[in-house]
Formats: sequence, structure tokens, C-alpha cells
Amino acid sequence: MTNLINGVWEVVIGLEVHAQISSASKLFSGSAVDGDDGANTRVNFFDAGMPGMLPVVNSYCIDQAIRTGFGIHGKINKISVFDRKNYFYPDLPSGYQISQFYYPIVTGGYVDVQVQGEESRINITRIHMEQDAGKNIHDLDPKRSYVDLNRSGIALMEIVSEPDMRSVEQAVTFAKKLHTLVQYLGTCDGNMEKGNFRVDANISVHKPGTPFGTRVEIKNLNSFKFMQNALTYEIGRQIDLIEGGGKIVQETRMYDPVQGVTTTMRDKEDANDYRYFADPDLPPLVLTDERIEAIKRGMPELPDEKRKRFMEEFGLSEYDADILSNDRLVGEFYEAAISSGVFKDRKGAYKLVANWIIGELFAAMKEDSVAIADLQLHPGELANLVALIQDGTISGKIAKTVFEHMWKNPREGARQIVEKMGLKQISDEDVIRPVIQDILARNEALVADFRGGKESVFGFFVGQTMKHFKGQANPEVVNALLNEALK
Amino acid sequence: MSTLTNDLCSLSLVTARDKLRSKEIGVLEFVETYITAVQDARGLNAFITETPELAREQALRSEKKLMHGEGRLLEGIPLGIKDLFCTKGVRTTAGSRILENFIPQYESTVSQNLLDEGAVFLGKTNMDEFAMGSANITSYFGPVISPIRSTEHLEKDLVPGGSSGGSATAVAANIAVAATASDTGGSIRQPASFTGTVGIKPTYGLCSRYGMVAFASSLDQAGPIARNVRDAALMLSVMASYDPKDSTSLNVPRTNYLDALQPSAKGLKIGIPKECFENLSDDLTRVMRGSLDTLSHLGAETVDISLKMLKYALPTYYIIAPAEASSNLARYDGVRYGFRATTADNIQDMYAHTRRLGFGKEVRRRIFIGTYVLSVAGYESYYVMAQKVRQKITQEFEEIFKHVDVIIMPTTTGGAFGLEDGPKMSAVDMYLNDIFTVALNMARLPGISVPGGYTSDGLPLGVQFIGPRLSEQLLFNVSAAFEDAVQIGDATQIKETI
Repeated sequence: MTNLINGVWEVVIGLEVHAQISSASKLFSGSAVDGDDGANTRVNFFDAGMPGMLPVVNSYCIDQAIRTGFGIHGKINKISVFDRKNYFYPDLPSGYQISQFYYPIVTGGYVDVQVQGEESRINITRIHMEQDAGKNIHDLDPKRSYVDLNRSGIALMEIVSEPDMRSVEQAVTFAKKLHTLVQYLGTCDGNMEKGNFRVDANISVHKPGTPFGTRVEIKNLNSFKFMQNALTYEIGRQIDLIEGGGKIVQETRMYDPVQGVTTTMRDKEDANDYRYFADPDLPPLVLTDERIEAIKRGMPELPDEKRKRFMEEFGLSEYDADILSNDRLVGEFYEAAISSGVFKDRKGAYKLVANWIIGELFAAMKEDSVAIADLQLHPGELANLVALIQDGTISGKIAKTVFEHMWKNPREGARQIVEKMGLKQISDEDVIRPVIQDILARNEALVADFRGGKESVFGFFVGQTMKHFKGQANPEVVNALLNEALK
Repeated sequence: MSTLTNDLCSLSLVTARDKLRSKEIGVLEFVETYITAVQDARGLNAFITETPELAREQALRSEKKLMHGEGRLLEGIPLGIKDLFCTKGVRTTAGSRILENFIPQYESTVSQNLLDEGAVFLGKTNMDEFAMGSANITSYFGPVISPIRSTEHLEKDLVPGGSSGGSATAVAANIAVAATASDTGGSIRQPASFTGTVGIKPTYGLCSRYGMVAFASSLDQAGPIARNVRDAALMLSVMASYDPKDSTSLNVPRTNYLDALQPSAKGLKIGIPKECFENLSDDLTRVMRGSLDTLSHLGAETVDISLKMLKYALPTYYIIAPAEASSNLARYDGVRYGFRATTADNIQDMYAHTRRLGFGKEVRRRIFIGTYVLSVAGYESYYVMAQKVRQKITQEFEEIFKHVDVIIMPTTTGGAFGLEDGPKMSAVDMYLNDIFTVALNMARLPGISVPGGYTSDGLPLGVQFIGPRLSEQLLFNVSAAFEDAVQIGDATQIKETI
């Protein structure tokens, strides 16, 4: 991908994504992860760094990291080691963060991304696990700072990419894809507002054919929009600086979303010597082949595979297949609907069901803020609705009414609603024909207009007929009979 | 002390337990006698915190149990608890100013195990600050004075060794029946040797480290100091347990080493490392030779071996232990608990002032060493190298234990030194105290120090038996046979064994 800026500058971006592992309890303690019960309520003696307290690995978090590793086609290391990263900060109770520096749980892997129709592979260096820190609170008191340790010790996965990205768009697409993937796998809830998925970006510019430029790290980007803006700004800043005769210094910067600029956080000179060493409180993490295999067997079909299959098996467009495969539950809903429906035209139903999910269902979910996991509507009923359209029992328009009713009363089936509300489409010519004749008889002037060439009044006759049947007349039959009568 | 008091306090743990069970002695009287003895012996500074009220409560509970014939393994036995085992509701200082007023809200697994078997806690014993020391002179709460005195210089105060100097003194001075201790580089065995008591450092992972204030996590191991081998065996039986709260805890079934005790050295191959018998003092040469003769009489076979890696153990230890300590002690930052300096007006200064005032000189020295060896400048050349050497030391022991059952060596290079002499020693000379003890910690092996004889001026000298991983029963069996044969009870009963 060539994306040269000002015709000469190539951008090089690598990302480090911090994803909070979805787990009920913390990485090394039994404290709860979630809860809304005030500061320092989800803290046990270990989380507070009390003397003599020891870490015990939460094996569920390990499994989650392994799942994520399989999700990026990485190598799961049978032996990994927890290291201590030593530094002083009030939100770090033991004076060190337990992380995996030398031997991470996952090495290698990749994520394929598509930007403007072009597919590229972003390689993953590693995934390691680590503890989150607590929070320092500075705005409660003019003179004092407070510490909330609720977040202290919550499990994070750090997913580190190779510097493989060559444009802002590619980087954002990659981050979004990872974001989708971890949610799909259920290994991170992806909540960016809460900081449960945040991105650090390493970025540099150089002229192709020359060594990479000095890189700058931008920390804690917690929305894709900020990421886009921060990277774009930073590239501009770096190029302007170099073209103006200046030099990039290796440093850590932060993004100010209000000003839309990046500013220096600390330079290389301030960099801590973290004195990493293997945590003597934790033996190396040894994974048995059985455990790794069991997790592998339990892995769902990955979104990329599913998308391809949906396109091949159901003839869906790439756009539809993408939407239906990005969320595991949506994909499952779609396939459940397809497999449970008895359709007159099976192939036609593939597309119709997809349309109904992406259109009406998503709209209703959005309207009522219902998540796919909380959906009451049974996929079989959406299939029934589509089947009713296909066999002419109801029109597409009536189907929307049925859907609305079904949405509000998920226990009632599509057929039941059609029966109960009398929404069944009327296709009987002997029923429709007299009504049409009556309408034409009452509007002789307009009939004359039509016959005189004013074809636009045809719609009026259709409307009148449909009105008579409260919209339930089969539009095809109505059209045919009107044409016949007006000849 | 009255004669009766003296008699009660001189009972061994096993004897006292039997007499309490048979109601020959009453537990309330027994415990009260010890409470008084602790108070009478305050001049030794063996305890940082005395807990007489707690002891009385526990004694009342024990009385009921004993009355119903339901006495548990340590029912009514007054113990000293080294002040690095966190005790719920009882101040735990680790001998440091930084924890001067720290009262844990949790109980260490080791002390909980003792409580579960009916033990009575007399208080928290003095120790070198964060267990860093070999003389018990680095405690913020002042040095401990050994109850042992030289026959040549009766006026001279001696150190009890360290870091478990308070525990060793309490046991040797008969102001606790037995005591818990911990050993990172010799902190159980060296004070046991200096005070004529028995101390065992078990296989790493046998006793849980949960609730034990950490010095160097990969080396720290709890163990007892007791008056004789059988008492130590019973103590360890209760202290040891598999603990899921400590990820380095060994999942092995609990054993009652006392019940399973079979004192014997017959037919055992005892390895004599030539490196440990070079350049020994005359006293030590005499005692070690005597010990070997005793073992021969007991039917053991001696085998000459070489521990080529031994000389690297001490320098390696002084890289690994400070490295881990520098990280383990980072939590004492004045933010959440413990001492906080009030002289700072920003966070960096608060850390600096708190730690400069809260930690003593030796602790700060080791934090500096540890910080350096883990830094970019020192990591490869010191820390990584030390880990490799540690591996080699471990392998050498493994190889030797293919050919011998037990290794014998001195515990210390000599008898206890004077309280006045300690502070005059250079750090390196002080560190040399651990020369025979640290290798075991490096290799995670068990070792026991048993009184083997005396210096010419009457100071106890310990003999150290080392076994392969989880060979505690074997070590107790050999040591008990040795102890019975040597027949050293206290200094008045010296029987030369040449």
C-alpha cells in the first residue's frame, strides 16, 4: 500500500492495545471486577499491597488470553512467566505491576484488514497479561489526592502489533477489527468509555527506502475518533517538524481531544528503569496440551471465516456478510433463522432474512437500546415472517406491522399475529374485482383521464383499493385486476 | 525465678504436652508461669510485643479442651511468634519502624495452623529488620541479647544470631517452649547454632508464605526453633501445610514427623564436603570430628564429597536476595499503611523521606544493591548470572544426593560474637556468617542445625544436616539419633564426644 504524504513521507504505525479481560474476578485476587458501590470497595488485602499477601492466578483469565491468542492465529506458549515491573506510584500498591515481559503467553499471529478494498495483514508480536493499576483522584480536594484501588489488579491483555501499518485509516481499521474480535470472543467487553479497551500508538515517518524514523508514542487513546485525530495530527506535526529542519525526539505524548493536539507527557530521559524480573511469588505458568486443545476445540468460528462462509454458502454481499459475522450472536441469530425456516424460496430467503436483521431488527434494537444478548425475539419467528412474505400470505408492508407487534410481544408468533390481527393478504380475485369495479364506477371522470393518457391516476385507483382492504390486498393482484379493468 | 517456675519452663515441648494432657500440670498455671518468665526476661529484648491477655484467653480455651480430653497437637503450649508472621489484631512490625504501628487484619497460614492445634501465643519475637541480618542488631526495637555467655567473659553480652534472634533467645532462655522463625539465608539455623537450640529450615514451599512479611520470596521459608529435635519435629508437623493461597506452596500430604520418628543413622551414607572442613577453627574442627565419630558409632557411613559450587553460594545469594527484597519492600511507601514521613510536600519526597526514616541502614543498603542488580546496568551481569549460578548449585546438590543420603557441615564458622563486636564488623564480614547456610536456600533444600558441641569457652556450636528435597523426616531421624548420642541438653551438661 503506498500512501505517501506530500509525495515523499511514509507513515509507520504500530499499536499496543490494552484490553480488559472479561472476568468476574481480578487476575490474582478474588476481588470482584464489576460493581458500583463506591471507591475502594472491591479491594482485598492483596490488591492493597498488604505485607505477606500473595498472588494466585485466576485461571479463567488465562483461558481468556489463550482464546484471544487463537483469535489472532497466535502461538500459545506452553510456558510463560509473570514478571514484576517496578515503579513507584500511589495507584500501584505493591510498588510493582505483575506483567509478562520476557516470556508472554502468546507470540506471533496476525489480523487481516481491508482498507478501500485492499486486504493487508497486520502481524501481531505478542499478547501478554498484566494487572491494571488503581486510580489517583485529584479533584476531590484542593490539597489532597486520593487513591481508589477498585481497578487495582484487574486483568488486562496487552496486544502488541508489529509496526506494519502505513496509514491512519489502516491503523484505525486494525484497532476496530481487534475491538470487534475480542468482543466476538467474549474476552473483553470492548467498553471504550470505561477504558476497557484503549490504544497506545507508536508512530513515525520516513522516506521509503530509508530506515524508520524516530518513533513517538501516543498513550491512552480511548475512542477511534480520537485515535484517528491524534494520529493525523501527529503525522502532520512530525512532517512539519522534519521539513522545517527539526528533529523528532523519542518521547511519550498524550492526545488532548479538546485542542485536537498531542503534547509531551515525558521524554526518553524521564523513562523509568522498570527492573523487570520474574515474580518469585508465581511459578512459571505451565499450560498442558490438554488445556490448550480444550480451549481450541471450544473456539467459535472466527469472524473472517464466517464472513467468507456466509458469502459462499448464502450468497450474501460482502457488506451484509461482514455485518452478520462481526458479532457472534448476530451470526448465530441469522443462521438459526435460516435453519429453522420453511421457505418457499430458500435461496431468496437468505437475502431476505439478512435484510430483515440488518434493517428492521437492528433499528428496533437501537430504538429500544436492546443488546443482541438480551433479545426476546426468537429467530424462528423472524424466519416465519419471511416465509409468510414469500408465500404471499402478507405483503412486505404488512410484514412491518407484524414485526412491530412481534417486537413488542415476543411470545406471539408471526402466524398467530397475522391470524389474530386479521392481516392476512387478500389475493382472491373474486373478492377484489367487485371492489375495483365499484371504485371505477364512482370515478368515471378519472377513468376517462386515464384512458386519455393520464397514467398517473393509476396510483390513485391502487390507493383507493388498498384503502378499502386496509392495506391487506395483494398488490400484485390489485395491479393486474386494475390493468385489466382499465383496458 | 522460683524452682517450680524453673522446672515448668525447662520442660521440653513434648514433655509439657504429655503432662498437660495427663493433667499433671495445669495449663493456666503453665501459661501464667511463661507470661511471668517473659516479663522477667525483658532485659534480653526477645519480644517486640508481648500478648499476655491473648495468651490467657487461649489458655482458657485450651483448659476446656484438655479437661474434655480433647487436647490438640499443641494444646496449651506457649510459643513465641517471629514478628514477621502477620497475626490478626496483633501488631506485626518485621522489626522495622516502617511497620511500627501496623496491625494486620489477617492471620498468616503458619500462625493459623498453630492456633488450630491449640497453641498459645506469648507475643511477637524480635528480629533483624525485615529479616536482614545475622546478629539481630538491625531491629528498630533494639538488639536481642543472647542468654548464652562465654565461660571466659561472663560479663560480655553476646548476640543470639539472626535474623530470628528473638525466637532463638526465647527458646534458649526458657521463656517460650518453642518459636516460629524464618530462614532466607540462614536465619533459623545460625541463631539455633549460636544459642544451642535446634532449628530446621524446611524444603522451600513446605510452609506457606501467606501472611509472612516477605524478604526474598524465592528463598524465604518458615520453620521452628525448639529445644530439641523432637520438639522441632512436632512444631514443623503443625506449621507445614499445603496452602492454595501461596502459589509456591508444595502440594504434599501433611505428616506428623514426631509420630513417624525413627531415630537412626544406621546404614546412612553421610556426605562430608571437603570444602566445609578446610580452614576451620580448632573448636569447630574438634566438634565436627566428634560429630563424625558419633555418626560412625551410630552406624553411618561417611563419604567424602566436594561441593565445588558452595563458594559461589554466598555472592549469588547477595544478588538474588537483595534483588527480590528491593521489589518486595517497595510497598512500604507511606501511602496506605505504616509509617509516613510528614516532612514532604510532594509525592516523590514523601516516598523518599518515608523510606529513609522508616527503614534502617542495612535494609536501605540491600534495597540499593537489589535495585542496582535489577537495573539495566546490572541485570545481565549480576541478576541473570546469579540465576544461572543458582541453577548450577541446585544441580550439584541433586547430583550429590544420588550418592549420599545426608550431607553434614558446620552451621556457623564459630560461636556467637559479642554484641559490641557486631556493629564493628564490615557488611561483608557480617554476610560471611551465612557461608554454610545460604547454599540450601539457593537450592531450596531442607537443613537442620543441631547442637554438636561447644567452643573452648563454652559457646554452642551447631552441626548442620542437609537432605534432598522433602527429606525432613530423614533429617529428624538422623538428628534425633545424633542428639541422643551426643547428649547435650545445656551448657552444664557438656559431654565431649571425641
